[in-house]
Amino acid sequence: MNSVISINNLSKVYTGGHKALSDVSLDIRSGEILALLGPNGAGKTTLISIICGIVKPSEGSVTVNGHDILSEYRITRSLIGLVPQELTLGMFDTVWNTICFSRGLFGKKPDAGYLEKVLKDLSLWDKKDNAIMTLSGGMKRRVLIAKALSHEPSILFLDEPTAGVDVKLRKDMWELVESLRASGVTIILTTHYIEEAEAIADRVGVIDKGRLLVVDDKDALKHKLGKRQLCIELENAIESVPQELSSWNLELADDGNQIIYTYDTYSEDTGVAGLMRAIDKSSLDLKDITTSQSSLEDIFINLVETQ
Amino acid sequence: MINTHAVKVIYKYEMLRAWDTIMQSFASPVISTVLYFVVFGSAIGSRIETVEGVSYGAFIVPGLMMLALLTQSVSNASFGIYFPRFTGTIYEVLSAPISFVEILIGYVGAAATKSLIIGVIILITAGFFVDLKVAHPIWMLSFLILTCVSFSLLGFIIGLWADNFEKLQLIPMLVITPLVFLGGSFYTIDMLPPVWQTVSLFNPVVYLISGFRWSFNEVSDVSIELSLAMVLLFSAICLLIVWAMFKTGYRLKQ
Repeated sequence: MNSVISINNLSKVYTGGHKALSDVSLDIRSGEILALLGPNGAGKTTLISIICGIVKPSEGSVTVNGHDILSEYRITRSLIGLVPQELTLGMFDTVWNTICFSRGLFGKKPDAGYLEKVLKDLSLWDKKDNAIMTLSGGMKRRVLIAKALSHEPSILFLDEPTAGVDVKLRKDMWELVESLRASGVTIILTTHYIEEAEAIADRVGVIDKGRLLVVDDKDALKHKLGKRQLCIELENAIESVPQELSSWNLELADDGNQIIYTYDTYSEDTGVAGLMRAIDKSSLDLKDITTSQSSLEDIFINLVETQ
Repeated sequence: MINTHAVKVIYKYEMLRAWDTIMQSFASPVISTVLYFVVFGSAIGSRIETVEGVSYGAFIVPGLMMLALLTQSVSNASFGIYFPRFTGTIYEVLSAPISFVEILIGYVGAAATKSLIIGVIILITAGFFVDLKVAHPIWMLSFLILTCVSFSLLGFIIGLWADNFEKLQLIPMLVITPLVFLGGSFYTIDMLPPVWQTVSLFNPVVYLISGFRWSFNEVSDVSIELSLAMVLLFSAICLLIVWAMFKTGYRLKQ
């Protein structure tokens, strides 16, 4: 897949010395959904803000469709739509006026038909003449999305799009993101909801303390950094792992009531069959067996904590 | 290529905002000025002899117009750019494919237009109170437009500089209004003692009011050429400051 955004050695030091981004390099592919995961203050919003032109980079470069974001800002910005984290809207404006404003600001001729479609897709058409201050929080967030889509961008940045919204709206938002991707829009979203990244992203990048720790396909990331565990529950607690099972590097859990075996599910010999045979020959009485796979959350916590 | 759609929507948005708050935007400055006409022009003015052959009521018209134009230009333009900064909606302007010149034309153009409308309304209203004559209509219009634009530029600078509502009011209240009152709105500076005449020449508003008054009744404190040069110089300085603010991203981009 072609790279639509290319970030090269990007750094940002704010006035006062805070280093928000440190030597970040990343290629974002055309048509993908990329989720940037990271704790608060990790540098996610700074990264987005630089690409969109709101924050000035200290070092490095960014190109959008091969155009530099500083010297060719008119081209790059016209390709990008941004949904900010905060509900930053003119509260006295009507929904219709605010999206017309956004479209014009990005240099597009008025197109009532297109804007009507955007509002209908976002279930806002019947609210088009309402003042924004009369809308619910969820609707205001959808207005922000409508504004970002008003100029028909091919790249959409969603900065924490589901922060503080209810479960129903979050699911609606995921469906919307999926439908936008289906229409060919490249989507970059920041979130600290791991389940969100897991549910909708093609690739996941983990960012912390201004550094991009890892970026990979969601499944590959789970494969590379995740682990599978076999949990064997025993009828009777044991004090130590029997000698005949020592070659499997087992761990004891739950006060000796459980034996945990961690293995690579993709390896040629996982060792599970051999372990089961060895347990069968041993004096241990089995009560139950379960397996589990690391979630993105486990991987994320592990990555951030080890930095 | 200039982003004309962007300029249009900013301009239209700002003009609509004025229309939505018509009492504050237009009625309030006009009513204040009418009160000045009633008090100074009719009540007190009727007991004052003519000033250089012009009735006192007609003499104060240019000064009163300037008082309204300057304060309204500064307040319209400063609020226009400060409010989106305050609410955070400025992100959209900063992320749009629009240059600083286009942003300036949109915001300052709208603020200047609003002031111009107020100026024209005051002029028409003045006609009901005094025998109004405009000796040089082209000069009058030129000064009117130049004043609206230059002080809207100043307002834009204040709107970028201010980081709270108090600062937004500070310059118009503590600087602009005193300068206008002391700039010959209600008198010619040769009525002052010699020392204060010299001090007054450091007040830029003196040149504005003088030139504007000359265009009405050919009475002026300084030459029309000097007045024009000072207005143009003031505009150029404001433009330069705005350019530097955008270039450095002052209070806009970190």
